[in-house]
Amino acid sequence: MSTSKLRTDLDIVASWVGKGCRVLDLGCGDGLLLRHLFDSRQATGYGLEIDPEKITQSIANGVNVIQSDLDQGLSDFDDQVFDQVIMTQTLQAVQRPRELLLEMVRVGREGIVTFPNFAYYRLRAHLALRGRMPMSGALSYGWYETPNIHLCTIRDFEILCEDLGIRILERRVLSHNYQQSFAGNLLPNLLGEIALYRFCQS
Amino acid sequence: MATSYPVDSVGLVSPQSVTFNTPLELDGGHTLESFELAYETYGTLNADASNAVLVCHALSGTHHAAGYHADDDRKPGWWEACIGPGKPLDTERFFVVCSNNLGGCHGSTGPTSLNPATGQPYGADFPLVTVRDWVRSQALLADHLGIQRWAAVAGGSLGGMQALQWAIDLPDRVANVVAIAAAPRLSAQNIAFNEVARQAIRSDPEFHEGRYQQAGDRPRRGLMLARMLGHITYLSEAAMREKFGRDQRGANGDYGYNFDVEFEVESYLRYQGQSFVDRFDANTYLLMTKALDYFDPAAEYGGDLGQALAHTRSRYFVASFTSDWRFPPSASREIVRALLDTNKSVSYAEIEADHGHDAFLMPVPQYLDTFTAFMRGINLGAAA
Repeated sequence: MSTSKLRTDLDIVASWVGKGCRVLDLGCGDGLLLRHLFDSRQATGYGLEIDPEKITQSIANGVNVIQSDLDQGLSDFDDQVFDQVIMTQTLQAVQRPRELLLEMVRVGREGIVTFPNFAYYRLRAHLALRGRMPMSGALSYGWYETPNIHLCTIRDFEILCEDLGIRILERRVLSHNYQQSFAGNLLPNLLGEIALYRFCQS
Repeated sequence: MATSYPVDSVGLVSPQSVTFNTPLELDGGHTLESFELAYETYGTLNADASNAVLVCHALSGTHHAAGYHADDDRKPGWWEACIGPGKPLDTERFFVVCSNNLGGCHGSTGPTSLNPATGQPYGADFPLVTVRDWVRSQALLADHLGIQRWAAVAGGSLGGMQALQWAIDLPDRVANVVAIAAAPRLSAQNIAFNEVARQAIRSDPEFHEGRYQQAGDRPRRGLMLARMLGHITYLSEAAMREKFGRDQRGANGDYGYNFDVEFEVESYLRYQGQSFVDRFDANTYLLMTKALDYFDPAAEYGGDLGQALAHTRSRYFVASFTSDWRFPPSASREIVRALLDTNKSVSYAEIEADHGHDAFLMPVPQYLDTFTAFMRGINLGAAA
């Protein structure tokens, strides 16, 4: 991902984080999103990460990071201790996304999730026309080595949220090259490459 | 002949010592009228004394944490992996201080020191000390060195626990805490190991109820056994398998059908035990294990570790090692959880390492990397 792509994603998430909010970033990577939230939104909080190199990078970026396996849930945290629990581009890589979504709204007032929409038309075409497992900018791994074990579509995600009693507060869709477009909002499940959601327990 | 030291070593160092003539009241009810602390320093204290790091040693450690005492020293100080130019405790940036704990046997007042009241060695009469007592005594050392607030207090194992105690007892004097392979308290299993070690020493006929110095004797066998047991618990099963397996000393691989040393692991343990006896005092070993057993900062707060840490004002770096079964990752996670509960600034790394508890002494890359990143993030200019 280029930095400009990361920016769009990050900017939308950041715009959803209120000033001075207490946040938890699940799968915080190098910690730059949190760093950005600390600097631009005066947010506080922690990142959780499993990759040792990324943990070092997060610490180097001045972010508090706790080495954690998201597949073990968020049992280190009490109920409702964060304003927002953020998970960018990680939902599709966890063992139990359903349980983790519930954990997010348990420990936080709100959840923010971004994921690659598997119903994006280019991915559909990849499978339909080439007969091969879809790959794209947002999904750049071969089938045999992908960490993305629970891919879903925008429609799938919204149905799951309804089943779990999770209320979607806001949805944004980025189409190709992480652009926001009118068309993407018109036909999100077809034209949206990346989906961003803000939600809470209903 | 001039010896050259590795460029990332602090090189040749000299121990120092300071005597305090102010009475020190101990948790156990005794008062030491005066006492001495042996210590070493590496690096240079800056003008506003804001770059000082206190290193706390583990059970059998000393104030010799880094560098060499003589050109022909076979081994450097115990935390050479982490102290020196460009290392996590970068001596180009930090002024690192390490003192021998009170009750020790390497220069600080302890059981082998002369009791001014009797003119004889304290021996068994040396009072039991606690981790809190060590913090109190080190605070006097900080005053002596002109250090109002440590940029960090750091340690592994018991030393990490001492660093936590610093933050709890003197919150305004600790900017950062580094607790490696530590625990919020010992488990029953840990206390059990300590008790076996103590019994090994105390049941040695040459222990003489702790007055072996006066008897011109030493409980060598007991102390050796205690150390052998300790070494088993500091290594992981995998580390032992890799290091020794079932390798035998004899070349032909035949069994001797006797009790001589046959397996490499036996040889290793006997060597470790024997060399320990030459450099360590049995009464100090008893006292240090007791201090470990007593450590439980949550106890004063109804068992709530979060409450014990709530008033602390430090940033924390906590790390554990996957193969450490003496102070396992779950013990470090308990510390982390307590810090998270009270919104403390904390980072935690669970480092993949096969060395067991001893990993905190080793140059494990991920360990050094995260530790270095944390130390670099310390802002020396920041006021409390």
